[in-house]
Amino acid sequence: MAIYLLRRLGLAIVTLFLLSLIIFLAGQVLPGNPARSILGPLAAESAVRALDHQLGVDRPLLAQYWSWITGMLHGNMGESYQYQSPVEPLLRAALVNSAKLGALALVVIVPLGILGGVIAALNAGRPLDRIISLTGLSAATVPEFVSGIVVIVIFSVVLKILPATAQAPAGSSFLTQLRYLILPAVPLVFVLFGYIARMARAGTIEALESDYVRTATLKGLKRHVVIWRHVLRNSLLPTITVIATQTGYLIGGLVVVETLFNYQGIGNLIYHAATDKDFPMLEAGVLTVGVVYMVATVIADVLTTLLNPRLRTGAIQ
Amino acid sequence: MTELVAVPPGIVTSEAERRERPVWQLLLARPAFVIGAALLLFWIVCAIFGSDIAPHNPLAQQLLATNKPPSAAHWFGTDQLGRDVFSRVIVGSRSILIIAPLATLLGVVLGTALGLALGYLGGVADVLVSRVVEAVLALPAIIVIFLFVVALGVSTLNQILIIGFIFMPLVARTVRSAVQVEGQLDYVPAARLLGERPGRMMFVEILPNVMPTVLVEFTVRLGYAIFAVATLAFLGFGVQLSTPNWGTDINADYVLLGAGDWWETLFPALAIASLIIAINLVADAMEQVLAG
Repeated sequence: MAIYLLRRLGLAIVTLFLLSLIIFLAGQVLPGNPARSILGPLAAESAVRALDHQLGVDRPLLAQYWSWITGMLHGNMGESYQYQSPVEPLLRAALVNSAKLGALALVVIVPLGILGGVIAALNAGRPLDRIISLTGLSAATVPEFVSGIVVIVIFSVVLKILPATAQAPAGSSFLTQLRYLILPAVPLVFVLFGYIARMARAGTIEALESDYVRTATLKGLKRHVVIWRHVLRNSLLPTITVIATQTGYLIGGLVVVETLFNYQGIGNLIYHAATDKDFPMLEAGVLTVGVVYMVATVIADVLTTLLNPRLRTGAIQ
Repeated sequence: MTELVAVPPGIVTSEAERRERPVWQLLLARPAFVIGAALLLFWIVCAIFGSDIAPHNPLAQQLLATNKPPSAAHWFGTDQLGRDVFSRVIVGSRSILIIAPLATLLGVVLGTALGLALGYLGGVADVLVSRVVEAVLALPAIIVIFLFVVALGVSTLNQILIIGFIFMPLVARTVRSAVQVEGQLDYVPAARLLGERPGRMMFVEILPNVMPTVLVEFTVRLGYAIFAVATLAFLGFGVQLSTPNWGTDINADYVLLGAGDWWETLFPALAIASLIIAINLVADAMEQVLAG
């Protein structure tokens, strides 16, 4: 198993390296001269060239990539062009905000999605199953800003019980912050419900058709005991994986949700960095998203390995 | 082991029917498909004949009647410039229904070709491309798409190309695994022993057999393409055609939600949702019929 995990970790590092190359090259493709956009259209050509030199953007690509990636590895993310200050504290604050929103969404969606999937599986082929599956599929493909607008209109404009923005006033208590985050979490919950329910459904159906469930049923265990003790445990394995892979998706959804609800998270940060051509901020932000995603998938793989007795003992290579 | 399970007689006949009845009859037998197809058809009609159906000129401004709530004259109210929201919703289906299907078509055609090559030829290229695909997938697709839109500029052609190229590896991954399943079947080595060339093997022997997968992938991807195009427009990267655009209208008006003016954003939002749900209903029915 140790070898499997080491290999998994190695693959994750290779993928991250490729990702860093893609992000860096994409940053080079973005048109517009950084010094020109900082100094404005009226600045003298010589001043622009001097600032280009100072920022180091006139050096060869390979040298720029090397100093960028070694800086990243040492936690030095460079200076934001837009804010004229180090990227790292800004990114950290945004990441904390996004983590709060993402965590709230996950706390709601994981039990809800698993419940929906299990109910669908226990009713497989019946109308209830089709309704849960189709609702999940539709909710997953309706853009976050669409479902966000619907809940704002209902709960903020008509009923006036929840705020339409996500940012609680500075120094608010935990409960107040939570109140502000309820509406923004809804579109994320909508999108993720379908994926998690679909995996939980597939896992449950597979477990229901397995030999050990047949044995448990034939030896006379009550249906709810079979489901609770034998089916659920096994059906949750694939669900863990999908929760981890959807973390990356969640961050993509944050770009839209944080814009709609005007929330200072990493999605908002990346969005403004891209529109303002703030390369250091953009590259650091996107790479952070990639790292968070990689860490989540590696943790999921480790969990799956630990929970699956066949993988744990190395019976399956 | 299957003998132990009693098979209800109905299932056997429907299995036999499935082989006899044409696909379109199976599809029309599903209420979900009929509802989805009807909704989709409605939006296609609006996209083509929108300006003839709309009660008002969607571009006509009435500066004395801005931000008016829904009324008998303006069913969906008026926007910040006093334009009729109902007419804008009807006509606004055009731009999204031009960009999304073309982008999907591009992605599915390229992705199918790549998936056939990777699945059939395998080898080093397969391993390398799979790594790159995984690296790209580590980023949410919408972030990648919007980075490239920022880089290359907003235009209809750019949006089609960018979304198409982002879809290519995703489609390739699905087609690749379908091709690998086909590769296990007897007809593949048989055809190879007959001396067929790889190109003919891939496109004449294997492609027809993975076509159901490709069709399902097309309808599913179409839903995501609409998601992407609408989201880009909401983020302020909408293509400025002469016709209105749902996402762009929402982008322009959503700040007014705080003031209670909900009709300018809610109705275009519901239009996007109905279009996507229609495509999902069609895609789901096709998946059940073709792949089931």
